Amino acid sequence: MTHTTEPSIPAPETISGAEAFIRVLLDEGIDTIFGYPGGNVISIYDALYHYTDRLHHILTRHEQGAVHAAQGYARATGKTGIVLATSGPGATNLVTGLADALLDSTPIVCITGQVAEQVLGSDGFQETDIIGISMPVTKWNFQVTKAKDIAPAISKALYIAHTGRPGPVLIDFTANAQKEMCSYLYKKCNFIRSYIPTPHISKASIAEAADLINHAEKPLVLVGQGVQLSHAEPELREFIEKGNLPAGCTLMGLSSLPTGHPLYMGMLGMHGQMALNKKTNECDVLIAVGMRFSSRIIGAAAAYAPQAKVIHLEVDPSEINRSIAADIPVLGNMKRTLPMLTEKLEARSHREWIESFKTWQDFEYDKVVRKQMQPEAGSRITMGEVVKAFGDVDRGEAIVVTDVGQHQMIAARYARMNHPRSFITSGGLGTMGFGLPAAIGAKVGCPDREVVLFVGDGGIQMTIQEFGTILQNRIPVKIILLNNSFLGMVRQWQELFYGKRYSCTELENPDFIRIAQAYGIACRRVTEREDLPGAMQELCNSQEAFFLEVDVEKEGMVFPMIPAGASIDQILYE
Amino acid sequence: MNQEFTITAFSENSIGLLNRITIIFTRRRLNIESLTVSASAIRGIHKFTIVVNTTREQIEKVTLQIEKLVEVLKAYYHVNEELVYQEIALYKVPTQALLDSSEVEHIIRRFGARILEVTHDFAVIEKTGHQDETAELFKALDAFGVIQFTRSGRISIHREKTEALQEHLSHVDRISRRRHLT
Repeated sequence: MTHTTEPSIPAPETISGAEAFIRVLLDEGIDTIFGYPGGNVISIYDALYHYTDRLHHILTRHEQGAVHAAQGYARATGKTGIVLATSGPGATNLVTGLADALLDSTPIVCITGQVAEQVLGSDGFQETDIIGISMPVTKWNFQVTKAKDIAPAISKALYIAHTGRPGPVLIDFTANAQKEMCSYLYKKCNFIRSYIPTPHISKASIAEAADLINHAEKPLVLVGQGVQLSHAEPELREFIEKGNLPAGCTLMGLSSLPTGHPLYMGMLGMHGQMALNKKTNECDVLIAVGMRFSSRIIGAAAAYAPQAKVIHLEVDPSEINRSIAADIPVLGNMKRTLPMLTEKLEARSHREWIESFKTWQDFEYDKVVRKQMQPEAGSRITMGEVVKAFGDVDRGEAIVVTDVGQHQMIAARYARMNHPRSFITSGGLGTMGFGLPAAIGAKVGCPDREVVLFVGDGGIQMTIQEFGTILQNRIPVKIILLNNSFLGMVRQWQELFYGKRYSCTELENPDFIRIAQAYGIACRRVTEREDLPGAMQELCNSQEAFFLEVDVEKEGMVFPMIPAGASIDQILYE
Repeated sequence: MNQEFTITAFSENSIGLLNRITIIFTRRRLNIESLTVSASAIRGIHKFTIVVNTTREQIEKVTLQIEKLVEVLKAYYHVNEELVYQEIALYKVPTQALLDSSEVEHIIRRFGARILEVTHDFAVIEKTGHQDETAELFKALDAFGVIQFTRSGRISIHREKTEALQEHLSHVDRISRRRHLT
């Protein structure tokens, strides 16, 4: 009898749709999901029961918490965040997170349960048309009604979520699809005929762009999140260092460059560095790298850099000419286009141009930064002091997560960041309540890095129930609450533009320390300036979660500020 | 300046795609003048023909947004001069109007229309043409009382020599083969 060795082709197994879902996640390399059980995903949770050693499920306290945690996880790790929620309210609670992830190009896949196929459209218990609802806020969505289609749909969803310009995908599984049996054989999706994630690179556009940069006297680089999304941080550094090109980051692009880099000039936009915004309207060549010229960056579009030639490096063709016309669009993945461009660059110093930033930097330091960092004795603590006090202990190593509002802008302006993927915030949608769950997700994804959340007293109360997630999963995230008993950013607008009529922005707050204590989270409250360094040391030294509440000035302002719709060189600074 | 544009989008057949496409228009408060969905010449590929009145800047953005949809293979836009296009209109008139005089018959001849069906009570007339032509016939027939009138969306064919979609598909097939080899 002879034996021949044939290549082993795995035979399909017969398993339930619910188990196929778990198996395909594992085959795709997923080890963490965020979720909340309910009637129409109970089969999936039953299947999960046997896989908890391989698939780590983080039980949040609200589906919105799960989706923001998945976003934080995705942003910190570069991997795709997975969310599991039930039908009806479970599904609709994901909508804000989906919209947020679409605007901020975050790869997440949300799986929702649905009533059985036979009763679709009958207004059954917890039935909602989540496919219809989520259509405008997803990159792709799809309903699965057969067990055999579950695994291919998940592979396709993951492929769509993380390729090209990443984004959120929602897959809706009917209850019968989860229960029925199917044969399972894993097959990875790596091609969809109608979906070309990265456009073809035109060598001519690279040559034209290089030529323009080589002839520029006053070039300026604007860095968006696209650099981090394409893991092109080293390529960006080589590019700006070879050409000696000064650079600024958008809010979403922060930490693409270390904040201490000599060519890094700070943040762009509404509350960005004055020098950068002023120089945007003085430069001769503007090189936009993976950014989308959002309204918060450009102010009045007609008055935005009218003198400059614009080079736009982008992966998404629909962003070219969307709000600012590009003289030279350079389409393609920046991990590839940046080195191609760098190769053609001539080394330049641009010394005079770079030095010219200093006038505005000094001006801003004098008018704005000094007041934040060295306020008068006897005054209340400023938000800037708190962000700096954390940086003095942490020295730029942590992942900084923020909620939305004044503290977000102050953190963006003053936080130190040495590593990429170190600033996680809700940029496009401005979702209050994003911060706490996003910080949880970031810490779950990067357990070896310090994760600190800066959050306001308004935002924390939108998702404060996620303290329960910290408690149950022992997530050692550090929380710094900047409490001014106001919805500070709206109050700032009311002060500046609405005659100080503080309509519905003052908050009567609970005792946050007692809330944190109730969840077993170590905590401390600081009201006096001299206690700040010690408290930061305690926060950073803690091996567990830590909650630090700081009473900050009630009517603090974020300056500089370009009023909405104004030209970017019309900057308020006091 | 607003003008009439025709977007042609080719897609894989997929539930819900029509909704995804119309959302792109509604969120920009753009009115769709006409929309036709049909099978294309290539098996399995569907064709959307959408007529909109807007600016060139807006149509460029909208077309790119449509092309960005995962199920859409390719989307193009054209101005009327670049297209051969046609619509079809049906008119229901009382049969008595045809019997009373030869006027209706003259109108049908003059407009190159034809009668599809005649019953005891009414006759159905068909006219293909551009919108202004079918509208003009409506005006002429309405003197005799049009009982019912309906007009289809536009179908169109561009005046270029080759079908760009075909080239795109061959390109995509090459990518697909490379993917499966590696």
